[in-house]
Amino acid sequence: MLTGYLPILIALLIIVLPLVWMVSSSFKPVNEIVTLTPQLLPQEVTTANYATVDRRIPLMTVLQNSLIVTSVGSIIKVLLAITTAYALVYIRVPGANLIFLGILVALMVPPEVSMLPNFMTIEALGGRNTLWGIILPGLGTAFGTFLLRQHFKSLPKELFEAAELDGAGHFRKLFQIAVPVSLPAISTVSLVTIVNEWNSFLWPLIITDTRDRMTLPVALNQLRSVEDQVSSYGILMAGAVLVIVPMLIIFAMLQRYIVSGLTQGAVK
Amino acid sequence: MRAQPVEAITRGMSVTTTDSRSAQTAQDRPEASPPPEQDAGQLQAARKRAHRRRSSKNWSLFLLFAGPNILLILAFIYYPLAMNLYFSSLDWRLGAPRAEPVGFANYQRFFTSPSGLEVWRVTGIFTAGAVLGSMILGLLIALVLNKKIPGRTFARTAIFSPYVLSGVGVALVWMFIFDPQRGALMFILDRFGIDSPQWFLDPDANLLMVIVVYVWKNLGYCAVVFLAGLQSIPRDLIESATIDRAGPIRRFFSVVLPLLTPTVFFLLVTNIIFSMTNAFDILRVMTPTGNGTNTIIFEIYLQSFGQFNRAGYSAAIAVVLFFTLFIITAVQLRFVERKVHYQ
Repeated sequence: MLTGYLPILIALLIIVLPLVWMVSSSFKPVNEIVTLTPQLLPQEVTTANYATVDRRIPLMTVLQNSLIVTSVGSIIKVLLAITTAYALVYIRVPGANLIFLGILVALMVPPEVSMLPNFMTIEALGGRNTLWGIILPGLGTAFGTFLLRQHFKSLPKELFEAAELDGAGHFRKLFQIAVPVSLPAISTVSLVTIVNEWNSFLWPLIITDTRDRMTLPVALNQLRSVEDQVSSYGILMAGAVLVIVPMLIIFAMLQRYIVSGLTQGAVK
Repeated sequence: MRAQPVEAITRGMSVTTTDSRSAQTAQDRPEASPPPEQDAGQLQAARKRAHRRRSSKNWSLFLLFAGPNILLILAFIYYPLAMNLYFSSLDWRLGAPRAEPVGFANYQRFFTSPSGLEVWRVTGIFTAGAVLGSMILGLLIALVLNKKIPGRTFARTAIFSPYVLSGVGVALVWMFIFDPQRGALMFILDRFGIDSPQWFLDPDANLLMVIVVYVWKNLGYCAVVFLAGLQSIPRDLIESATIDRAGPIRRFFSVVLPLLTPTVFFLLVTNIIFSMTNAFDILRVMTPTGNGTNTIIFEIYLQSFGQFNRAGYSAAIAVVLFFTLFIITAVQLRFVERKVHYQ
């Protein structure tokens, strides 16, 4: 019994302890951060670190930016993924497979590769330091399209027969039949997209340099360069809590969908 | 954090071929039966016209549904690929109005200059450390989680969780842990009478540090994929090995591991690609100017948006990265076609 639990316990501690340390340190006053005899839990709980984060970066604005980018970006991406996947599976046109192959190759291109030309494009369009400039280049979705296409292909044809006899068009077939029966797959795509948008760092970092246009990860990176003393770690941990804990909560509640989406291709 | 492009492409390809085949036979059929009379010929022409009308109606519907996404992908993924090819032939600083064409000089520099070769060395070490570290630890955890014990689902979830967390946040947490003056690791090392290395100053220590953090974030992914692989191994195979008096270690190496080969191979390829493309957040936050941590993706960023603004050189590295990933994917395709397992 013990031999089974001990390795799991060690693995769990290695994963969980840094996160516990983060939360605990974010509530510690400075003297408990710079001490040479640190305790796991704060002796005197304070929210001063969070207040300092709010003074250094316009926290409410930055949070709002992150929420807008995440929600608008995710909604559009998921909608595009649904309609594209539907078109690829149910609207017969010559060359559709070639288009699908083109989308798959796009899945392979990391954002670092397209970063510089996209910066030129968005700058030319006047999108620097704007929320649409942050959202736009990431909207084309290969991942969601791929995942939903696989799913739509697995739907039985009989599902649509009654609707076809009624003379339903593609819009009705998509939104009244395909979408309602595919909610688990759509949830998976949505959650993975939300997680990615919220955590996204490289592109917002490049395209914003004024504080009230930054997303949370970019603002935290700036906080790090301002608060570079040993005594600042409590403040940095408060920042880390703000970006990490929302995703931890979403993950804890909906992990089944997220894990299946992220391990798609490996785990059937 | 991305889905598995490699596997995706493999599957897509096989699906694509069967699809186009069935589409072809469907189209061939009307032409395969030759028209015996004039009437039938006219009928067929009418049918063709109707087909064309339907197909053009299909096209406009198809473009209505898929067009926006296709346009976005063209504008922000394919167009940049082409522009990088052009930029890579220029001696051009970001923001400068003028650029000199220099042919392949940027590529030559990346493959021959000391700083270019340093990028390859760092990428090699980072990739090897990150991939082996997360796969070995992931496999060990998966083997433990494969036993039927209560709390297993919770453990699996907890161990996977760092994979979905912000790289920036994770990097901040680990900076505190690694801090040589007040970090948790310093106190632990101190217990064993070891002085903490200067994690933020020494380039080699820097590289080791970011590998550790990357492995911490990534091993849960490997564990979950390995666990699924382990659970797909038929129980009776392991039972019969047990009846043959094979010990647990012997069972692992002669029964479990060979059957796990496809999973190992899949993880190897995806992890190589991930470690090259997903580590940016950790690298940028923990080592802002890339002191000993200039992997290929970080170098692309540092060259164009760091202090040098060498956009042409950065584009050349981006092109090299793209083709490197392309080759890895192609190699994987070949192997997957051969179905890597030895049963």
